[in-house]
Amino acid sequence: MSLATRHVSWSIGARRVVDDVTLDVAPGTVVGLLGPNGSGKSSLLRLLAGVRTPSSGQVLLDGEDLARLRRRDVARRIAVVEQHAQTELDLLVSDVVTLGRIPHRSTWAAESEADREAVAQALERVELTSFAGRSWHTLSGGERQRVHIARALAQRPQELLLDEPTNHLDVHHQLDLLSLVRRLEVTSVIALHDLNLAAMFCDRLVVLRDGAVVAAGTPSAVLTPELIADVYRVRAVVTPEGPGGVPSVRFEPGPPLVHRPA
Amino acid sequence: MSRPAPAVAVRGARWLLWAAGLTVLALSVAVAITIGPADLSVRDVFAVVGQHLGLGDAGVSRIRDGIVWELRLPRTLLAAVCGAGLAICGAIMQSLLRNPLADPFVLGISSGASTGAVTVVVLGVGGGILTLSTGAFIGAVVAFAMVLLLAAGAGGTPDRVVLAGVAATQLFSALTSFVVTSSADAEQTRGVLFWLLGSLSGAGWSDVVTCGTVCVVGLAVCLTLAPALDAFAFGEDAASSLGISVRWVRLLLLVVTALITATLVSAAGAIGFVGLVLPHAARAVVGPGHRLLLPATALIGAIFLVWVDTVARTAFSPQELPVGVVTALVGVPAFAVILYRRRRPA
Repeated sequence: MSLATRHVSWSIGARRVVDDVTLDVAPGTVVGLLGPNGSGKSSLLRLLAGVRTPSSGQVLLDGEDLARLRRRDVARRIAVVEQHAQTELDLLVSDVVTLGRIPHRSTWAAESEADREAVAQALERVELTSFAGRSWHTLSGGERQRVHIARALAQRPQELLLDEPTNHLDVHHQLDLLSLVRRLEVTSVIALHDLNLAAMFCDRLVVLRDGAVVAAGTPSAVLTPELIADVYRVRAVVTPEGPGGVPSVRFEPGPPLVHRPA
Repeated sequence: MSRPAPAVAVRGARWLLWAAGLTVLALSVAVAITIGPADLSVRDVFAVVGQHLGLGDAGVSRIRDGIVWELRLPRTLLAAVCGAGLAICGAIMQSLLRNPLADPFVLGISSGASTGAVTVVVLGVGGGILTLSTGAFIGAVVAFAMVLLLAAGAGGTPDRVVLAGVAATQLFSALTSFVVTSSADAEQTRGVLFWLLGSLSGAGWSDVVTCGTVCVVGLAVCLTLAPALDAFAFGEDAASSLGISVRWVRLLLLVVTALITATLVSAAGAIGFVGLVLPHAARAVVGPGHRLLLPATALIGAIFLVWVDTVARTAFSPQELPVGVVTALVGVPAFAVILYRRRRPA
């Protein structure tokens, strides 16, 4: 396993935001985290990144407790693309991508040849090479997300965690971005809202409600009208063998057909 | 808004730039010393300094030697040190709190220092053992501790730190006014007010040594944390995911900036706007990377305050202006320009 959790919980005050989550992420797979707003997707990602420490349970990276590893070592393995990461500084695109080299650089060392190469490769990977000298604040939402992915790639991670990376992007850019992530040679965990995108781009899905896992498995196993009614409280028609052989979901107005048993 | 050229073009010229900057600073100090009554030349200044460093007799009269070595040189050097230190503190706070308008004074540190100084001078607390400087230092540390406790209690996020700072500033300003209006006589009030607005007129060699040491050590600590400061560009979680121990770095840098500010305020009073405005000027020249930004900020801050103090000392000679008044007069328009330039399409 690359990343795994064992009975991980995390609370703010008395509220359990993440509730006893146990999951395994197989190397090289793309795992989608689904669930309504406030179901704990972002919090679980932060726990997986080691940015928050679990109240109880463990996050494991190759079987080792993440909380015992040095922050810097974790940052060389796991890169994070946050939802809407913004800055007040006047950074160039190359400045932002170069941030990804921080975990690889010693305190006093200047930018090395390896750093510059990693930055150039990362920019090339997201097809933004010509943007290197552009100011961050002149970029569109989709371009900013790609720059963040480039920054994450400059970290040379084996695990990539993305928090709703397609938010506020148009359909074209949503597909573009997720195809890009799909092509990367990393293990990815992506929090997503769009069930069809999840079915198209993820190997496995994990569904959260109130911080707890309610379903996990392949898209065809997880995306059923019953589960969607249960978790999202909407009526959905699911075509199990949709375009590309993955389930396709269409929503219908009105109350859900299946109710959660009391 | 954006810098003209990427770093590659600048890299070769970088050492030249630093050399030029240091030369400008040294010349600024030398020239600033000659300005004022007594008709000194730059040659006299170098001669006096050479003589005191044991480089032979310069043949400068005793009075002139005294003016340079006992009065103007320590004062000008203290101006340079204060300018550098306050500017570094501003740069650090702005990056750490992710607030382009943050500076040491936002955290209420200088207000606390003022209250401490006033308490010692006006109320006579400490029975004559505590000096104005010690009082200011204690006040600064108390104010800072209060801000940190308040901020930690409210969640410890950067905006909470700023809000706690605003609260502390108000509280300590009120306390200072209360002490002054209720207990001070006219003579004391004048003295305290002058110090509250910032003044380098009492500068001596011991101040230069103390403040200089604190600033150099502080700058060294901050430079080792330069990559961590870069990592804060997209917030604390982003910094953490880049391998930075956010809590430790934040605490260490806040303590260092508080100590620098407290030391400088206790020597020169509350000089505003240096920390706020000059880091922005430095960013415009060398970009946002802290490994270059911090030394550049220090250099620009030093040169700036040397000249501002010269203006404060000589513009209405023999009457001196508080240096804080001049920095504010220069700083507020500069501040307005920053605000104006920072506006972005929504």
